[in-house]
Amino acid sequence: MTAFKNSLGLRAGLLSLLIFVAIVGLWQIATLPTAGTGPAMDPEYAKLVGAAAATGTKSSMPTPADIGATIWKHVLDPFYVRGSNDKGIGIQLAYSLGRVLLGFGLAALVAVPLGFLIGMSPLVYRALDPFIQILKPVSPLAWMPLALYTIKDSAISSIFVIFICSVWPMLINTAFGVGSVRKEWLNVARTLEVGPFRTAFKVILPAAAPTIMTGMRISVGIAWLVIVAAEMLVGGTGIGYFVWNEWNNLSIANIVTAILLIGLVGLLLDQGLAYLAKLVTYPE
Amino acid sequence: MEHRPLISIEGLARRFGDSSQPAVFEDIWFGVDKGEFCCLIGHSGCGKTTILNVLAGLDQPSEGAVIVDNREIDGPSLDRAVIFQGHALLPWLTVMGNIAFAVSSRWPKWDRTRVQDHSRRFIELVGLKGAENKRPAQLSGGMKQRVGIARALSIQPKMLLMDEPFSALDALTRGMLQDEVLRICADTQQTVFMITHDVDEAILLADKIVLMTNGPGARIAEIVVNTMPKNERHRNDLHKHPQYYAIRNHLVEFLVNRSRAFDQEIAGQNYDPRRLKLVKPGLAAVNPPAEVVALTTGRRQ
Ligand SMILES: Nc1ncnc2c1ncn2[C@@H]1O[C@H](COP(=O)(O)OP(=O)(O)OP(=O)(O)O)[C@@H](O)[C@H]1O
Ligand SMILES: [Mg+2]
Repeated sequence: MTAFKNSLGLRAGLLSLLIFVAIVGLWQIATLPTAGTGPAMDPEYAKLVGAAAATGTKSSMPTPADIGATIWKHVLDPFYVRGSNDKGIGIQLAYSLGRVLLGFGLAALVAVPLGFLIGMSPLVYRALDPFIQILKPVSPLAWMPLALYTIKDSAISSIFVIFICSVWPMLINTAFGVGSVRKEWLNVARTLEVGPFRTAFKVILPAAAPTIMTGMRISVGIAWLVIVAAEMLVGGTGIGYFVWNEWNNLSIANIVTAILLIGLVGLLLDQGLAYLAKLVTYPE
Repeated sequence: MEHRPLISIEGLARRFGDSSQPAVFEDIWFGVDKGEFCCLIGHSGCGKTTILNVLAGLDQPSEGAVIVDNREIDGPSLDRAVIFQGHALLPWLTVMGNIAFAVSSRWPKWDRTRVQDHSRRFIELVGLKGAENKRPAQLSGGMKQRVGIARALSIQPKMLLMDEPFSALDALTRGMLQDEVLRICADTQQTVFMITHDVDEAILLADKIVLMTNGPGARIAEIVVNTMPKNERHRNDLHKHPQYYAIRNHLVEFLVNRSRAFDQEIAGQNYDPRRLKLVKPGLAAVNPPAEVVALTTGRRQ
């Protein structure tokens, strides 16, 4: 008993389980079939969600068991392809993940060297600051029409949108990390007559690495948020398109499954970068 | 014959900001001979670190120059190793990594094993054998300071510039490290310029103690020659030496009173910053009266 009291992790886990059970229980109760006595529905909406729900014999909202069955169905066969509009959820996730990683990788290739330059040169910092300040708060989706118009390819356009939204946190964090490297570390390099390139790679980069990694972690989080919206907009493939398509099919169970999976992948991305960040973090 | 000390500080002044600002120090002239151990003493904020940074080539003076080996310095050099006031180790590198970084900067053509062997020798020299793979955060203050010393010595510099290397340590560790530094410097005939707050440390280590007045507009008041022979200076019975109290009292008197009121002291006197008094309070204790010899430090004819 005392062991249980002392273990915060154990108690927190139990509480999480309780909350989960409560949510599922409430959900189950809320989705119990009713005998046509439900509140009067907006006819427009009733038309949209279909006859079964409108007549009230069965809730259009799936029960937890329905969701469980749907998830299980997707887990059993995540990579099927049945026509261009009907692909397994695993394939859709892979499309989205690929776009995110591509856009994010390109952004890192641009943001890290540019951030280095900004962090090391007050002149470049001052010159680029107005552009960064104006472009940074722009919603990445606002770039989409421009991208579609110039690139004329929806897949590349969504990669571009990911690029644009990932670039800012990495750029700003790299510049900040590089600019705030401790003077005494730079002085060590100077007294050892270390050349500029060796100083950049052996002193500035490792010193700024934790800050740069924090920027990357923020970027990948934002990119994963944005890709869903971007794919809803351009359609074709990807988990965002899947969600939109299932909304049109009115398959709430599929949408809920997708939500859970999007959350899970986002978590994995975040944890992956957190792990990388831990590798380059140094205690002072 | 013209004689110039190995390090010759000639007319140094430094002001931060524009020229209307008062100088932190001005008209600083003194020299450090080859193989000499020179301590600089002065109150906090008088500009000691700034002088050391200029000597290291990390900072530019507003006026004057530093001549080393008959050449005006224009930047940092591997010939002048610096032990920083904070230990300034790179926290993401291990002890070995920190020292190997310095060694491979000094000898870029050396291969990895050679760099590591050389580094290991200096890690052992400061008594850190077994801690090679520790990060600075895992070391005690004294161990970190020793890594800093090993790093400076490992590049086998012509001179060592130390900024209060022992001030953050407890008395026991400090004593041990002082002995080590003294031994290493004697073995390698190092020329040392060291800043300290600690009067006893200066008496134990220095051949020559440069006294700096309070800023702004700090100057060098005089140079105290440590007349206690090196082989008679032992940390544990320093206070038993006949000259000890005379030197110590002279230094303490300077720090407590004269450093503040030096301008009044020299009013009407012929103080010449280029021809500083060389005082030997230790000899006064042994055979009074005081022998005060005026000598140039910049150039001796
Ligand atoms: N970068 C700087 N900009 C402006 N003022 C400075 C700068 N560096 C030092 N100073 C000023 O110069 C004076 C001397 O500083 P310095 O660090 O040389 O003192 P110090 O004698 O080493 O003191 P301590 O014994 O406390 O280390 C201080 O008054 C400080 O405020
Ligand atoms: Mg200082």
